Amino acid sequence: MKKSVFLGVVAATAMTAGFASASTLDDVKARGELLCGSNTGLTGFGAPDANGNWVGFDVSLCRAVAAAVLGDPAKVKFVPTTGETRFTALASGEVDLLVRNSTWTFSRDNDLKLDFVAVNYYDGQGFMVKKDLGVSSAKELDGATVCIQTGTTTELNLADFFKFNNISYTPVTVQDDSEAQRQYLAGACDAYTTDASGLAASRATMADPENHIILPEIISKEPLGPVVRHGDNQWGDIVRWTYFALLIAEEKGITKANIEEVAASSTDPEVRRLLGVEGDSGVMMGLDNNWAKNAIAANGNYGEIFEANIGASTPIGLARGLNALWTQGGLQYAPPLR
Amino acid sequence: MGRKQGNMTMAMASEAPKDGFRLSMLIYDTRFRSFTIQVIVLLLVLLGIGWLVDNTIANLAAKDKDINFGFLWNRAGYDIEQQLIPYTNDSTHGRAAIIGLLNTLVVAFWGCIFATVIGVFVGVLRLSKNWLVGRLMTVYVEAFRNVPLLLWIIVVFVVTSETAPQPKDFKVTAEMVQTGAEPAAQKILFNTIAITNRGWNIPGPLFERPLPTVHLGSVPLNLTFLAIIAAVVGSFVANRRVLRHARLVQEDTGIRPVTWWKSLLILIAPIVILLVALGFHLDIPAFPADENGVSKGFNFQGGILVQHSFSALLIALSLYTGAFIAEAVRAGVMAISRGQTEAAYALGLRPGRTMNLIILPQALRVIIPPLISQYLNLTKNTSLGIAVSYLDLRGTLGGITLNQTGRELECMLLMMLTYLIISLIISSLMNAFNSAVKLKER
Repeated sequence: MKKSVFLGVVAATAMTAGFASASTLDDVKARGELLCGSNTGLTGFGAPDANGNWVGFDVSLCRAVAAAVLGDPAKVKFVPTTGETRFTALASGEVDLLVRNSTWTFSRDNDLKLDFVAVNYYDGQGFMVKKDLGVSSAKELDGATVCIQTGTTTELNLADFFKFNNISYTPVTVQDDSEAQRQYLAGACDAYTTDASGLAASRATMADPENHIILPEIISKEPLGPVVRHGDNQWGDIVRWTYFALLIAEEKGITKANIEEVAASSTDPEVRRLLGVEGDSGVMMGLDNNWAKNAIAANGNYGEIFEANIGASTPIGLARGLNALWTQGGLQYAPPLR
Repeated sequence: MGRKQGNMTMAMASEAPKDGFRLSMLIYDTRFRSFTIQVIVLLLVLLGIGWLVDNTIANLAAKDKDINFGFLWNRAGYDIEQQLIPYTNDSTHGRAAIIGLLNTLVVAFWGCIFATVIGVFVGVLRLSKNWLVGRLMTVYVEAFRNVPLLLWIIVVFVVTSETAPQPKDFKVTAEMVQTGAEPAAQKILFNTIAITNRGWNIPGPLFERPLPTVHLGSVPLNLTFLAIIAAVVGSFVANRRVLRHARLVQEDTGIRPVTWWKSLLILIAPIVILLVALGFHLDIPAFPADENGVSKGFNFQGGILVQHSFSALLIALSLYTGAFIAEAVRAGVMAISRGQTEAAYALGLRPGRTMNLIILPQALRVIIPPLISQYLNLTKNTSLGIAVSYLDLRGTLGGITLNQTGRELECMLLMMLTYLIISLIISSLMNAFNSAVKLKER
């Protein structure tokens, strides 16, 4: 019994470890499909719509990468992962890329042997409570029961926050956002804590969003971004620069609508390099020279993606804030493409 | 006899041809063949294990990972609601794993007891001549045996957590104080127990004059707790002596001395005196209130909170495993010949006493072996508590610790080893019990 179970685990590990070795770019091209690790369902960031098509802020980045690599934003298979399973799924080669509200931390970078290639959303952890609870600050939550998703950085931040402020709480650990929402709405917990963007997304799907408030305290830094496996630098560069291409496009005013026109008429050398009119930026990465053009054409530039999925005009209603371009007082900044 | 046999073997050996050992004899000679096969199979198995271990280490190394249990001594940083020994988020991952292990054991322990009680009752009642009772037990057994345990756990959890009122329904608001209205929900059982959708708030023991806690090395010993256990065990031992004395007197003189008041005194007096000396009283859960009686806060304070995840897991496991034990009990009872019952009736024993004194003790021999596997199943099934966020060993070591440290292989191996050790201990204890009660054939 002991021996056979041990063998099973060792065999499973050996098999999963075997997958990760070949070049991810070659694998994706050979497969003709990008495997993208996504949320199990967080409206605005990554969730299937009524027709079963995946849409959202994170999903759009996956589609842009698929467009850059394979030339077709539809050639993505989304693999739903929970907070618990996401990094194992990536490390074992089950997905090529993980874009799932994952916080860039030191230990994930170094101990889990993963690479965070960019920050597509600068976030922070917040608290949501029901309005009738009469709470206006997270520091008034002494003795409260708090719902928290397991396997996340928020779990550790929560413990630190309450300890630092010398107040107590009762944790209720849940597996994913939908379970947390059910428990929170049923009153099994007084407050729900996760990234502020996630709270806004959760609230947007509730029947009575006006009865819930997100408390003003942001208790942590949560830089969320796409993650790839450690060691495959070429693949990491492709994902990173696909993201930067979307930023540069916003900076240069290239949109989904005008991209063909700009490509034909622009005299700006960076725009011409970006859209593959001159230079061979794609070849250097092992891609087609149209890579950035395809990526932008898939869902538009960064600003368009933001506004369409989580912006002020959507039910989620997030402001650009820290995620505005550096030219508009935000942190989103792409290195020069040359 | 022994000598004669020895002589015969010697004779046979001397008659055998004295050829030298040839290599082909390893295959063609039946004396060596089985040995050869065993050695080859053993070598193959060892080679296979070696290959797998080597492959694992090589592949981990290729991903810059190693096998290292050092994380167990790092700060855990997360909180656990149900803790039987002190734990904070400053404790180590190792201690978090122990908290989880204790949470596993407490469910397994009570689960085994409840499942056995349910199983014996239902198993016996299913054989009842009363049509309604027999059918009801059949329905229970079939319903629980044939629906996956995970569903039962979730059903019990949802029913217990969603039907109970929220803690805020117990609160007294300022308007209620003015109008004299009562809160929407009330505590039950003389205002001591509050059932909310988060769990059962039950009174907890509180000692005004507790004994100090001493540290034996790094192990803290709660003297209050030990004193209470010592008092209980001591009075039981003393009571047994009284009863033994009574039996000896009865055997000597034929008259049994009156013992009930002695037993009662010995069993109750020491513990009551000890509790009074320690200043024992119950800590009844209540909302903290201001001077006007208006409740504050989010949850009941004081007492013990038994979370629904614990009670749901315990109830579902007991009922599910109880159904299997009931079948084992029924099989055991049916294995006892009808003649035993008839003989007991012929002696004038009533049906209840026949079952308790004649049938069940004999049936035990048949019941215990399947009971062992049911106990093992129940213990391993506690890991399904993950479905209702019960932080047992699977939830701490195999859940949060695994996630926060990213040490999947180490956590899984450690967890499997722990479950294995628990199962082996249960199994050896039950086997020892089995050999004590099984039919002694001489």
